[in-house]
Order: sequence, then structure tokens, then C-alpha cells
Amino acid sequence: MPYIFKKSIPDRIVDIVIYAVLAVFGLATLFPLYYVAVVSITPYTEVLRNGGFLLIPKTFTWDAYEAIFTSGVVPKALNVTILITLLGTALNLLVTTLLAYPLSKKFLPGRNAVLMGIVFTMLFSGGLIPTFLTVKATGLMNTIWALIIPGLVSTFNLLVMKTYFESLPAEIEEASKVDGCSDVGTLLRIVLPLSMPIMATLGLFYGVNHWNAYFGGIMYLNDRDLYPLQVVLRNMIITPSVSQELSVPQSQLSSLPPESIKMATVVVAIVPIIAVYPFLQKYFIKGMLLGAVKG
Amino acid sequence: MAKGSARAALAGGGVPDVHKPGLRSKMWRYRWLYLFMIPGILYYLIYHYVPMFGLVVAFQDYNLMQGVTGSPWVGWDNFKAVFESPDFPQLMKNTVILSLYRLVFGMLPDLVLALMLNEIRVRWFKKTIQTLTYGPHFLSWIIVYGIMFSFFAPGSGLVTTFFRDMGWGNVDVLTNSELFRPMLVMTDIWKSTGYGAIIYLATLASINNEQYEAAAIDGAGRWRQLWHVTLPGVRDVFMLLVILRLGSILDAGFEQVYIFLNVRVYDVGDILDTWIFRRGIEEMNYSVPAAVGVFKSVIGFALVLGANRLAKRFGGSGIW
Repeated sequence: MPYIFKKSIPDRIVDIVIYAVLAVFGLATLFPLYYVAVVSITPYTEVLRNGGFLLIPKTFTWDAYEAIFTSGVVPKALNVTILITLLGTALNLLVTTLLAYPLSKKFLPGRNAVLMGIVFTMLFSGGLIPTFLTVKATGLMNTIWALIIPGLVSTFNLLVMKTYFESLPAEIEEASKVDGCSDVGTLLRIVLPLSMPIMATLGLFYGVNHWNAYFGGIMYLNDRDLYPLQVVLRNMIITPSVSQELSVPQSQLSSLPPESIKMATVVVAIVPIIAVYPFLQKYFIKGMLLGAVKG
Repeated sequence: MAKGSARAALAGGGVPDVHKPGLRSKMWRYRWLYLFMIPGILYYLIYHYVPMFGLVVAFQDYNLMQGVTGSPWVGWDNFKAVFESPDFPQLMKNTVILSLYRLVFGMLPDLVLALMLNEIRVRWFKKTIQTLTYGPHFLSWIIVYGIMFSFFAPGSGLVTTFFRDMGWGNVDVLTNSELFRPMLVMTDIWKSTGYGAIIYLATLASINNEQYEAAAIDGAGRWRQLWHVTLPGVRDVFMLLVILRLGSILDAGFEQVYIFLNVRVYDVGDILDTWIFRRGIEEMNYSVPAAVGVFKSVIGFALVLGANRLAKRFGGSGIW
């Protein structure tokens, strides 16, 4: 696009090379996902026949998915993760917006102090152990809230939202104030409807984060029933005994190679992200550029 | 605004009044805005600032029963234990080496991908490749580990079986100390390059077209234009990112390392954070890991400040 030169033969060759390399990179991104899906639907008979997993199996089976969804473990974990993703993201957006909106008002006394206090937390933190002890002390241990409250506001997202609010023309809000609208009303009726793109972007950032939550789960939860999906997934991958992990008798799983079951669980974790991805990428570039402007 | 001009009128058009009564009435006027901020501020106070006070745990022989107020004070003993421990040099070495690997081998692919995408004129191809390559960023490391498992599992992995079928013997990627760091870097490249390229693409898009035109008039072909126009255009952003990453050199990507770590690769893979996590959270010995955490926080803070100063020296603007 920017280059202005006549393309000689070597230039064209370079072009071809570039297109080829990029195509390979694109395929390299897709191929692992494809392979994982293939493994998840390959029955044992195929594996034995071919001495391994084929790239295009001749027969396939949904048994692995049936196994994981009828076990108690995976559906429970899925429910937990869906719950914390929806509830967590809603709270994230609520608190972040309530904090970002006033901070975007340059005339607000004390604004700079609060901003500095918040940005400071990006530079220095108490560390893992003190944070852990704090979560313990605030009574969140072994509850869903331990996966939501400690990460309630992401400073990066907060700053992006603040920048967005600052970019809205001041006249709109002033007009509503002149009409006698309160601060609450202005926020709700004027600013929020204008902020849908940023809400979508940050909602997706927060949401994907919740979906991938793992460390909160292993640090703060003892009750296996509360484990989010990623924790269950990791245990599934590294376990020597899938039947034990799923609490399902081995006899039920005899037609399936353990890898299929493991990969079926991986697929369950990936599919929602892929489903959301088209929406993600629509708002995403805008969101990133906003953040980059700040940075 | 209306309020400001009213006050200026009342004051006879002189210098605006900044005394207390004005401030208090201002704060009352904006009381809703202050109210809005309360949940967020509470959050930061409790979950970011209170833990900072928890740093004292590093100076105590912390006992869960006695808590912060009751545990005995041991001064610098925990720190002494850390620095004299035989593990510590290894942890530092692993942490720094891994960070540097990730810096060098992680940042360059991002830039190269952006440069290549920038050359593409076929818009649908560019968009497609872009969309595909920044996808993996949104997958969790556990999913990436699962993918690696499907390829490299000792028995049934795709690559493992392939090697065996070809008679090349057993390949042992996931538990091999020699391969561990490269493996971490390669998977990081797969996951992060597309996303990392975005900021360079944005920068590249903002380079003034006139510069290219001027270069073309001077007879510059593709490579000359690349060297004289494109690369200088991204130099500042690149340097800024390098410096920021240097500032966080003690964080070597804890999440990824933890997920891939296993006992057989501790000698190269155990970094400060994974050690803190294991000793502190899993084994519940809080004091010494807390001391390591303090060390990390303080050094990290100094590094980021230094990095920012360095960024300013390079003609950029730092982070603040």
C-alpha cells in the first residue's frame, strides 16, 4: 500500500515469498486446532488400525463428547465457568464504568490523586503471597467470588474506558445538564448508549479472561465442585487415568483412546471462544487502537 | 462552562477563587460522581493497597494461626535464607535467561509479521491472515498445552508417532531440559505474534505517505524505502516496547511456565514466580516466598522506573 515503486522481477518474487510465508503462518495457526478436533472424534479402532492418529480419519465417533458430558465433572465445571464469565463480566463493566466516568472529568477535584493511586498499582504490587492472604482475610476462600472480586477492575481496561469517555464531545453532556439532567441520568441516558463499542470491546476482554481463568481456581478453591473449566481441563490433560478424572468407570470408555477424551475437553474450552471471535474482532481493533493512543 | 462564568461574574471578573468554601461546594455538586467511584476505589484499596502492607510477612515467621499481627518478627532472616539458598542463583538465572529469550525471539516475529502484512495489497488476504494470527492470543495456556500434548505426547502425539514411524527415535519435547526453553518461546510465538503485530501495524499505517513518495522520487526501491522510511517509523514504538519489557524482566511469563512446568525440567524452567507459587501457595510456607516477592516487587519497580527514564532518553515519551 505505501510503497511506490515499479515492480521488477525480483520484487515480484519477494511478493510471492511474502504471500507464501503469510499463508503458511495462517495455516500454522489453524492446523493445531483442526488436529485437536480430529483427535477428539477418532475412535480406538482407527488408532489401532493406523498405529496412531490420522489427519483425516476414516471413521469418527462422538462418544468422547458423550462421555465428558454425561460425567458429573465437565458439565459442572462448564456451569461454573459460564456463571463466572457472565456474572463476572457484568460486574467488571459496572464497576469499571462507574470508576472511569468520573475520572474522565478533568474538572473533578481529587481526580489526579485517584488516577495516580491507580496507575501506581501497575508499577508496584504487594506480590502473590500478600494478595493471597488478603483474599483469605476477606472471606472469599472457596467461593465463586474469589474468582470475581480480586480481578474486579483491570487498570488497563479502566484507562482505555476513561480515554474513550474523554473523547466524547463535551457539548452533548453539557446540553443534557442544561436540560436539567442529573449526573446519573446523563450517564445512563446519554453517555452509555454512545459507549456501546467500548463496552463491547472491554466486555469481550473481561469475558475471555474469565473464560480462561485458572490460577484463581487453584489458589482459592478447595471444593472440586467449584472448579472452573480450565482447571478441570488441565487435570484431564496431565492425568494418567481419564476414567478417574471423570469419575466414570473405565469400562464405559473402552472404545475411546484417552487422547480423544482429553482433546474433546480441549475442544469444549475452545469452541465458545471461536463462536465469540467474529464479534470480538469487529470491536477489537478499535479497542486496541484506543489503548495504543493512550500508550 | 456556565458555572465558571457565573463565579467569575460574582467575583467581579477577577482571579478565580480557590479557597475551601469553593472546594466543598464543588464536591457536593459532584457528589454523584464521587459516589460512583466508591466501589472501584474500595476495590483498589482492599485488593491492591492492603496487600502492599502484607509485605511485612516477608519480615516475619508467618504463622497462619497467629496472622500478621501475631507472628514473630524475624527481620532480614527470610531474605538471608533466600540469598544463601542454593536454589536462588538458579532461579534468577532461569528467570533472566527466559525473559531475554522471550524478548529477543518474541519481539522480532511480531515486527516481521507486521512488516510483511504491510506489504500486502490484496485486502481480503491481509484481513484473513491478520484475523487468523491474532486468534490464538485469546486461548488459554492450558489449551495451548493441550495442543502441544496432542502433538508431542510420549505415546500418541502426532509428531512423536511420525518420528517413530520414520525411525528417528523417541522425541521428548515436553520433559526435556534442553528443549524446554525453546519450546516455551516457540509456543509463545504461536500464541502472541499476531496480537503483538497489531501495534506495529497501527504505527506503520500512520507513517506519512509523502515520505514514501519523496523516497521514490529520489530513486529508492522497495528495500531502500523499507530502510529509510518504514523502519525509522517504527523505531520509537519498538524501542519503547523493548524497554518496557526490560523493566519487567523478572516476570518471565509465569502463567505459561507454570502450565508447562514439570519436575523433570525444574533445572531450566523453574523461575522466581513458579518457585514462589509452589512454596507459598501450594506448600503453605509463606514467609520466605513472601521475601522473594518483596525482592521481585522492589527490583521490578526500580527497573520500570529506570526503563521509563531510558525510554525518554531515546526521544520517546515514556509511559508518563
